[in-house]
Amino acid sequence: MRAYCTLTRRELASFFVSLNGYVIIAAAVFLMGLSFVVMLYDLQAEATPVPITQLFFSTAFFWLIVLLASPVITMRLFALEKFSGTFETLMTTPVSDLQVVLAKFTAAMVFYLVMWLPLLAYILILRHYTRDAEALDWGLIGGTFLGIALLGGLFMSLGCFASALTRTQIIAAMISFTLGFTLFLLSFLPGHLPLTAGWVGTILSYFALADHMNDFARGLVNTRYVVFYVSLAVFFLFLTLRVVESRRWK
Amino acid sequence: MSDGLMIEVANLTKRYAGHTAVSGISFSVERGEIVGLLGSNGAGKSTTMRILSCYMPATSGTVRVAGLDVFKEADEVRRRIGYMPENNPLHPEMRVREYLKFRARLKGLGWRRSRERVDVVLEQCGLTDVSRKIIGHLSKGYRQRVGLADALVHEPELIILDEPTIGLDPLQIRSVRQLIKEMSRNQTVLISTHILPEVEMTCNRVVILYEGKVLAADTPDNLRRLMGNGSLVVAEIAAPRIELQSCWEQHGEIDHFDISVTEGDYYRCALTPSNGTDLRPLIYSLVRERGWGLRELTLKQHSLEDIYVQLIRPRGEEEN
Repeated sequence: MRAYCTLTRRELASFFVSLNGYVIIAAAVFLMGLSFVVMLYDLQAEATPVPITQLFFSTAFFWLIVLLASPVITMRLFALEKFSGTFETLMTTPVSDLQVVLAKFTAAMVFYLVMWLPLLAYILILRHYTRDAEALDWGLIGGTFLGIALLGGLFMSLGCFASALTRTQIIAAMISFTLGFTLFLLSFLPGHLPLTAGWVGTILSYFALADHMNDFARGLVNTRYVVFYVSLAVFFLFLTLRVVESRRWK
Repeated sequence: MSDGLMIEVANLTKRYAGHTAVSGISFSVERGEIVGLLGSNGAGKSTTMRILSCYMPATSGTVRVAGLDVFKEADEVRRRIGYMPENNPLHPEMRVREYLKFRARLKGLGWRRSRERVDVVLEQCGLTDVSRKIIGHLSKGYRQRVGLADALVHEPELIILDEPTIGLDPLQIRSVRQLIKEMSRNQTVLISTHILPEVEMTCNRVVILYEGKVLAADTPDNLRRLMGNGSLVVAEIAAPRIELQSCWEQHGEIDHFDISVTEGDYYRCALTPSNGTDLRPLIYSLVRERGWGLRELTLKQHSLEDIYVQLIRPRGEEEN
């Protein structure tokens, strides 16, 4: 436990001691701001019955942030340590592989959530100026952030896995971007394929990330989705652990 | 605990996909020794050290550190080992003190204890002045000391250093060597290197590896003795050349000689004894008897370098 906390703290700190973390956050805030502006223009044009948080999720900006930021946040985790050799000093301390994997995942996750905090400010600004508590109740906000966190869990664990596979950060980023983007595109597949009926359609519907997010943004928390995200994240963390352990039987 | 042995390696083999890095090596290290693992690049030094420090398991064979099996009791072994890998990887963005504290905590030291130990190793490795500096901004010599401090911070019983002086300038090498010697007062040290003088200067015992096998394991002195007779004596004597030549020819103890001119009236004679005796007393008495001038009389011992080259040469030639 002590080692886990120490490691998590170091991983988290390493985001902030270099320019790295600030650049990611700045980029995310920029995109969030753009989407906010776009949303406000749309709202001025015509009234809509759809909750504002849901509008946010249906813009390309949200997915742009998730899909681009996740590989950049996670690419460093294992690849850099393997490249610089510190992985060897790390693995020769009495720390278990599981602790290392979990610590790196936790740090990435916390950073990801910190990156989303400015969104809260936008919501509060909107709330303040519309003076309409109905439009943005806490359920909506809570659902939105839960959705963001669950999605983050999935993408961060996927990034961990990609980073553990290689010693080159760029390759790690490419792998996790490809995997993440494929996963995202699966949500649109049913609409374009003739075989949406039957079991293929059923399975694909489980992967409809965009639909899930719409539900969360409406303040609708579906246990099935929660289980889906958590189990996928656990699955990818398990794969990461196997990759880290692989040096033992290579 | 087995009779004071710090490291016991028996029939250790490590195969990577396609090639064998280490094949069936055995050696042991006693508590308090400084042992050098010597070998050219690719001889299996780093592999052996990585297995010892529980980074990766062996393909076969047993390795015990302080009586504990490195595979079955890995965490316990890791607590007893301070390991500095080749090229001394560090986190360049961290500050020296911060890094050492992080490492101490990882190695299981409590908050207070790690603070105390960090202060001790900072002092011990001469890092107190740079403790607030960012590691990436330090010179290579200082970074090497940070690596050593990291290896020492949890008071390990065994310190394993993979090429600790590689890439340092002569002054830095000296200070690192000094540090290693100081460490060895309380701890067992295993160093790997391909620089021979280093072993000669710091180690009590040498294990020579070649292509994954142990060629020899002994003290530098014993290895020299193994090379045996033929300690060359060099003498610079002022005398007519012909006289010198006939004098050396007369004496049966001298197997072979070689005379060369140096500055002044002196000749430089390199004399090889026929039966391994020390020729110096004989030469001295000869010189006194004949009233010659003498300005140098030295016994040239085989350096480890000679031993190493001799041990490796026959094998290398067989292959060609």
